Amino acid sequence: MIWNESIECMDRESLRKIQSIRLRKIVDYVYHNTPFYRKKMQEMGITPDDINSIDDIVKLPFTTKHDLRDNYPFGLCAVPMSQIVRIHASSGTTGKPTVVGYTRKDLSSWAECISRAFTAYGASRSDIFQVSYGYGLFTGGLGAHAGAENIGASVIPMSSGNTEKQITLMHDFGSTVLCSTPSYALYLADAIKDSGLPREEFKLKMGAFGAEPWTENMRHEIEEKLGIKAYDIYGLSEIAGPGVGYECECQHGTHLNEDHYFPEIIDPNTLQPVESGQTGELVFTHLTKEGMPLLRYRTRDLTALHYDKCSCGRTLVRMDRILGRSDDMLIIRGVNVFPTQIESVILEMAEFEPHYLLIVGRENNTDTMELQVEVRSEFYSDEINKMLALKKKLAGRLQSVIGLGVNVKLVEPRSIERSVGKARRVIDNRKI
Amino acid sequence: MVAKQLSIFLENKSGRLTEVTEVLAKENVNLSALCIAENADFGILRGIVSDPDRAYKALKDKHFAVNVTDVVGISCPNVPGALAKVLAFLSDEGVFIEYMYSFANNNIANVVIRPSNLDKCIEVLKEKKVDLLAASDLYKL
Repeated sequence: MIWNESIECMDRESLRKIQSIRLRKIVDYVYHNTPFYRKKMQEMGITPDDINSIDDIVKLPFTTKHDLRDNYPFGLCAVPMSQIVRIHASSGTTGKPTVVGYTRKDLSSWAECISRAFTAYGASRSDIFQVSYGYGLFTGGLGAHAGAENIGASVIPMSSGNTEKQITLMHDFGSTVLCSTPSYALYLADAIKDSGLPREEFKLKMGAFGAEPWTENMRHEIEEKLGIKAYDIYGLSEIAGPGVGYECECQHGTHLNEDHYFPEIIDPNTLQPVESGQTGELVFTHLTKEGMPLLRYRTRDLTALHYDKCSCGRTLVRMDRILGRSDDMLIIRGVNVFPTQIESVILEMAEFEPHYLLIVGRENNTDTMELQVEVRSEFYSDEINKMLALKKKLAGRLQSVIGLGVNVKLVEPRSIERSVGKARRVIDNRKI
Repeated sequence: MVAKQLSIFLENKSGRLTEVTEVLAKENVNLSALCIAENADFGILRGIVSDPDRAYKALKDKHFAVNVTDVVGISCPNVPGALAKVLAFLSDEGVFIEYMYSFANNNIANVVIRPSNLDKCIEVLKEKKVDLLAASDLYKL
């Protein structure tokens, strides 16, 4: 099924015309409403008059996560706070989160995009959605919630965690669609098996999984273990949240909602566009956003785009699976984690040496983090309790900064490799 | 009375303990008492050695996480109830024991105590005429 056929299946010529009109409008809008962009454009010697079609997008300045941080919290908003109706935030590169403001219209375009996703999966008003993404500053919960409501489905605003209750309600309420991270879906699958409740008493038939990278193997595992169809939903809070892209029934790439979020692929080193179909860094430009429109936002996600028509009938561009990142951000249990955040916590505590090694793994389908850290010599104690207290103090501080539990492992002096060049601070053992 | 105890933080890795003892052997330092406290990730070795300063320096040079802590050494008769009596003196006066270890040799039992309050511990033991071991005696055992 197709939610908005006129857009999703529009011929590419007409789509480009719409994109050109919208780009001209948004550039004019940010030039007059976002001082940050006006300044950048002036420095580059361009004005909104230089933008005539979507092809002129290459003349525009890039935006990075650092720009968001430098303008924390609302410096990039193009409207007064009176018009902002929702604020979301995700982890930034340092202690400060990345903040995004939405107007009422932004929320409605976002819900439209997620509606396209859910409809493409085959969901409709007769479905019961169990939204197991976290509700809160993270866009997953409220985003999926709004999309499901928009298509008229029944929504269980479950949020993440509390697995036992998830299973009870999934069973008793007859949830048909699960929205969660793929790793949580696998965790849930095992927990359902352990619960002893027979599969045929569940009505679950599909899932919308995203917020972290996953593989075809994980898809097969989820589909087999839960007995459902598993679809990818792509998004990032800076652009909107889940629903920036979605898979159709062909599962032949992730369609991007390019009438709202215009995608480009660039070479992360030269910053030049790559040839169609080549891998590079994904960059988005908001074409319709009011609250906090961004020009050429560098996602750091590495992928490729394909413009040929999909067998589902959609003409919206298809994106390959995310192959990795052009920076050092980790996605742990759906949460963005930067090694610099961990470093800043360690540096501000006198008890520890600035050397650390973060080991990321996956146990029982849940991401795990072990932080190996050296204690400063004067803080090694003869008492176990004091050593354990040190460990607990660091773990607590990390929990409050990155919002995730970290298994802290105290190690002996000089056991962490010192290197002259760029230190290897992270080992990711996950098979993704 | 007050003796210097070495404590060494060790990760739970096989061979680490051997390396510590080898360093001491090379320096011709004897271990007169030793105990290890452990948990899932690491252990803490505590020991009384014949030459604490020499041992400390040698271990430090090899980048071991070694520290020196003051402990109290006592000796008491190796008979039932002897230790109970000493411990009662301390608990009656509010001196807590962080940890202790002991070793018996024929008629005598030697005990190394790491009290919460060192000065108070010594004061109580002296007052109760408990047989305190001189540091030099402990190192020689």
